Amino acid sequence: MLYFVQLVISGIAVGSLYALAALGFVLIYKATDIMNFAHGEAMMVGAFVCYALVVAGIPFLWAVLVTTGLAVLFGLITERLVLRPMIGEPQFAVVMITIGLSIFLRSLSGIIFGHDNKVFPSPFAQESLAFKGLVLSYTHLWAIVISGLMVVLFFLFFRYSRVGLAMRGVANDQDTAMLMGISVKRVFALTWGISFAIAAVAGIFLANVMVLNIAISLVAIKAFPAVILGGLESIPGAIIGGLVIGVLEALVGGYLDQTLPGVKDLTAFVVLFLVLMIRPYGLFGKEELDRV
Amino acid sequence: MRSKTFRESYREDIRIFQTMWVKFWLVLFMTGLLSLPLWADPYIIYMVNISGIAIIASMGLNILTGLTGQISLGHAAFVALGAYTSAILASRLGLPFWVTIPAGGIVAAFFGILLGFPCLRLKGLYLAMATMSFGVVVEYGVTHWESLTMGVRGISVPAPTILGYTLGEPSKLFYVTIFFVVLLTIGAKNLSRTRVGRAFVAIRDRDVAAGVIGVNLTKYKVMAFAISSFYGGVAGGLYCYSMTYLHPENFTLLLSIEYIAMIIVGGLGSILGSIFGAVFLTVMPDIIKGIADFMGHKFIFLHGRYDEEWNIAAFGLLIMVFLIVEPTGLNGIWLRIKTSFKNWPFTY
Repeated sequence: MLYFVQLVISGIAVGSLYALAALGFVLIYKATDIMNFAHGEAMMVGAFVCYALVVAGIPFLWAVLVTTGLAVLFGLITERLVLRPMIGEPQFAVVMITIGLSIFLRSLSGIIFGHDNKVFPSPFAQESLAFKGLVLSYTHLWAIVISGLMVVLFFLFFRYSRVGLAMRGVANDQDTAMLMGISVKRVFALTWGISFAIAAVAGIFLANVMVLNIAISLVAIKAFPAVILGGLESIPGAIIGGLVIGVLEALVGGYLDQTLPGVKDLTAFVVLFLVLMIRPYGLFGKEELDRV
Repeated sequence: MRSKTFRESYREDIRIFQTMWVKFWLVLFMTGLLSLPLWADPYIIYMVNISGIAIIASMGLNILTGLTGQISLGHAAFVALGAYTSAILASRLGLPFWVTIPAGGIVAAFFGILLGFPCLRLKGLYLAMATMSFGVVVEYGVTHWESLTMGVRGISVPAPTILGYTLGEPSKLFYVTIFFVVLLTIGAKNLSRTRVGRAFVAIRDRDVAAGVIGVNLTKYKVMAFAISSFYGGVAGGLYCYSMTYLHPENFTLLLSIEYIAMIIVGGLGSILGSIFGAVFLTVMPDIIKGIADFMGHKFIFLHGRYDEEWNIAAFGLLIMVFLIVEPTGLNGIWLRIKTSFKNWPFTY
């Protein structure tokens, strides 16, 4: 029983990182109807840049702030160069261009930063919080706290701020938003900037939790099932999807790893396939009606 | 300017070789190609073999994605299935290559049908994710089902033989590859002329309208998956004989993306486009190496820094550039050049 609860707790910790990654996805999808396959690479680039800054001697908190600023800039540049020419093209082309971007960024980071595993100098205390036999490391605890904080911030941002409202308007109906005086181009650029900023924060956390190398971008591939499970259009769905996938992975890893080694990595994709078969819109998504 | 090409019947309109000259150039090309082992460098023969395999696989993917509009990020899984089937049949049962390669295709087609049915309702992005997860599951299965596929230890494949005559070296394997490429290209080209091909294109353009006219969406979508995976399986079978050693890490998501890049660069939906794209992306690593070496002499800091990673970076960059600048791909460029020659001195 204790084993089960321990698995659930570490699942929630990992799941909150998936949820953070998924949050960035859903943000872009909600505003621009594009699935950004390069999100994992944005996380990885954020982690590497922060690492480079920390190694250069800048204190951790400042490094995070600078990285977030640079990530916003990077998002703006990407939107302008890569996504702006793709407006109006069929969805296949946009999916492929984000995949191309992801491959390009991944190998570029490999060339610039190298392939060896780097250890991120962690600002979090290395010991773990122990409570009645259940263990949770401080890093994971911070990950859960920060994810929760970002969810609340985003909820408030979308509900109550003008920019958030503009984004929701653009996501709903671009033409009407333009008629209302909302600059759609600016909203797109801002969306990409914010999404890359979240990705950078998620990447920094991942680098703390696991070793820092190119494989961080592959974690985001596991965030896809989280997003689809929760429903592509819904922010609470992304969070819940991420947590569910994290917990399921931990449980499968804990109980089934002896019989089928490595099946843990497969769980997310099996869940993805099942969700797509049974309920493609996810738990909280809206059904897309095909108007002829 | 081309003249006297009035079409007087439907049959003439859909003819593949519209004029005598086209047939002439094709015959010339084929004689040149078939005599290649006599006068070309062994490395060129090897590259032609690899391109041939890529051509078959990308043609299959083009039938699924370009003609029928179903995005598939799982094509490498079918190539893997075909490759492993051929390898297992050849190494364990000792069957000859003209049984194992089609068998690989058939097994892959079977899995294609298996994938096609659940994917009937999915479109666009969701279909891409579903096929991607299928690819991951197959990769996992191939890596971990040790008793069948020898997992990470890999399978070593014996050289193909025909009537006791061994065809192991690239120059002999060349003829096997060319045979399959020509056969499957003729098949694919003719496919677009038939009812099945037209149904595929209808599904790509407006599937709801196609269903309304009476195109049986289920039948044709599953058929598209089956045909495309058959091509992938045959490519896999040829691959295993060409490499003589199979390892699961050859068949990752990156390979699927490579095939998609081939059809994007080549031109979606066109047979010639898949050939262009496959050849271009197969020789691209060598071109990049050449450029890197050349630049290494000019700019000292780049000297000796070239490695495999640059290929992959260039490859991602190529996808992006082609999608932004030339969405119709190399085939689009080729058609424009051809039309400008055909219409000279007029512009249209």
